[in-house]
Amino acid sequence: MATRITQTDELLGLDRDALIEMLRWMVLGRRYEQKAAEAYQMGEIGGFCHLYIGQEAVAVGAITPLRDEDYVITAYRDHVHGLVRGMDPGAIMAELYGRIDGCSKGKGGSMHLFDTEVNFMGGHAIVGGHLPIAVGIGYAIRYRDSDAVCICFLGDSVANIGAFNESLNMAALLQLPIVFVIENNQYGMGTAVHRAAAIENLADRACAYEGMQGWTIDGMDVLEVRRTIEASIERARNHKLPTLVEAKTYRFVGHSMSDPNYGHYRTKEEVHSFKSNDDPIKRYIEQLKNHSMISDADLEEIEKEVKVIVDQSIEFASQSPAPPPSELYTDIYANEYPDMKRRDPWR
Amino acid sequence: MAVITYREALNQALREEMKRDPDIFLMGEEVGAYQGAYKVSRGLLEEFGEWRVRDMPIAELGFTGLGVGAAMVGLRPIIEYMTWSFALLAIDGIVNAAAKMRYMSGGQFKMPITFRGPSGAANQVAATHSQALDSWYAHVPGLKVVAPATARDAKGLLKSAIRDDDAVVFLEGELLYGTKDDVPEDEDFLIPLGVSEVKRPGTDITMVVHSRPLHSALQAAKIVEEEDGISVEVIDPRTLRPMDIDTILDSVRKTNRCVVVEEGWPVAGIGAQVVDDIQREAFDYLDAPIARVTGADAPDPYAQNLEQIAFPQAEYIVNAIRHTCYRE
Repeated sequence: MATRITQTDELLGLDRDALIEMLRWMVLGRRYEQKAAEAYQMGEIGGFCHLYIGQEAVAVGAITPLRDEDYVITAYRDHVHGLVRGMDPGAIMAELYGRIDGCSKGKGGSMHLFDTEVNFMGGHAIVGGHLPIAVGIGYAIRYRDSDAVCICFLGDSVANIGAFNESLNMAALLQLPIVFVIENNQYGMGTAVHRAAAIENLADRACAYEGMQGWTIDGMDVLEVRRTIEASIERARNHKLPTLVEAKTYRFVGHSMSDPNYGHYRTKEEVHSFKSNDDPIKRYIEQLKNHSMISDADLEEIEKEVKVIVDQSIEFASQSPAPPPSELYTDIYANEYPDMKRRDPWR
Repeated sequence: MAVITYREALNQALREEMKRDPDIFLMGEEVGAYQGAYKVSRGLLEEFGEWRVRDMPIAELGFTGLGVGAAMVGLRPIIEYMTWSFALLAIDGIVNAAAKMRYMSGGQFKMPITFRGPSGAANQVAATHSQALDSWYAHVPGLKVVAPATARDAKGLLKSAIRDDDAVVFLEGELLYGTKDDVPEDEDFLIPLGVSEVKRPGTDITMVVHSRPLHSALQAAKIVEEEDGISVEVIDPRTLRPMDIDTILDSVRKTNRCVVVEEGWPVAGIGAQVVDDIQREAFDYLDAPIARVTGADAPDPYAQNLEQIAFPQAEYIVNAIRHTCYRE
């Protein structure tokens, strides 16, 4: 059965630089997305744009302990995961803008970020669709006798789809080095978790798979996330055992840019209560201050640094040209495929 | 050359390719210990071990995505479906993941994966197990679709599919596994994807046909030659996407008439696309409307007599040829 790891007051033995680095990532994630929201409102970004504001502790706590050879894969709320994994902030923003210098040349958009340079494997927009892909990455790791691990983020609603069982079963059966991290932000779009899942703690489902550990944790505590993921990575890397972590968190903004922050499915009071009492960045700053690890001047410095990165990424995206029309028919096959143009003479 | 079955030809292709490249693995239901539901993978588990020949639980969506993930990090998976009817449970992995990963990533990923298994008509297994969904996959940019009708083509095309850096849907004729043909034993024998073959030269009418109906088509060609003196040129595109249209067009420009045959349903079928290609590029050469012979526009019935008339028979093809040549 899943166990709940209790909140830690320790700093996991991390040095000050490492601790500050995590805060910097969280603040960058927050400011970057606030800026993306502005750009969306101004019509620079289109389509679906799912923001991560409120959930930063999960991606930061889970990705910062990884090695270069490890893999990260997630769903469509993917900007911050890409950033923390080391993707170029300008290339992500240019992708949101639909420009040629975007990480996918503007062909993937917000929900489909990829970067093979940093083993960021997407960016997948069909709920549940990327879990089997994560299992394939885990299979390839073992096929090659590598020590790498794959960390797979998923939303709470994925726990109810068939691919969840198929994937976790295969991962346990084949003993694959995968850490599944459910980001339980309380709602699958507008449906509360308790209205969709016949179980309270989603990580309890790990008990259905031999060798899989399930942990439900406070996903608003970045150090608790990091500690749990480090333990999960150890299981994966050294024992080839998968783990299911459920990080309970909350999204402060709507499901996508077209969904208001509160309304039919959750109240203004609920959202405000999380924002004032459970903001992962505020909580982390408080922890760091309690240990005298950070001053207000340090915070100002971080905000300044982050602002430069965010402004530069917006500048980079705005300057980048739209993909030329010839890009419509590239990257479909390894080689050019003339029939597409032949059957489409009027475009 | 040796006369072997379609099943053995596929087995040879798998074995030769797996020997050549250690990144290739085969995965699916019953591919290992059971030796393959249709015995295509006979002996491979013993030869290559369980990491390369992997039995999977009945979880088509799961192991399809597994293959896609492994391909994204450079392996070359071969995913076997017990039948393509079961792959309906995996279509998200094929259409949304395998077909689009290269495009959505701006070309960052190759997709060297082969999805294969039996397809089309089978004997009295009824509507959920017997159908030809060729045109569904051929509809999707990013996929290549191959449907060999002979043992020789099966071997040469499967080897090319496995070596290809794009996702290939490889449709084996469920009723073709026992059919025999001369097949080269040469390990470098390859048939390139996207090349049609003239299976029978002729002068009066062109017939375009792929997979199992090729055999009915060849029978029909013989009948009309003997009974009506009509010379039929039979062309098998073999690859449905990308299709080698030029070989078909050259033939139609010579014969001025055409019949298109397929096992699948008529609406939005492969033949509909072939007809469009011909009317667009060879309209002025046509002396008669193009006829299509397809599977009946009905789910496959169980009853033997009904099933027999549900799929293209030589008799229907003969009727279509005579009609198109104004010989009725």
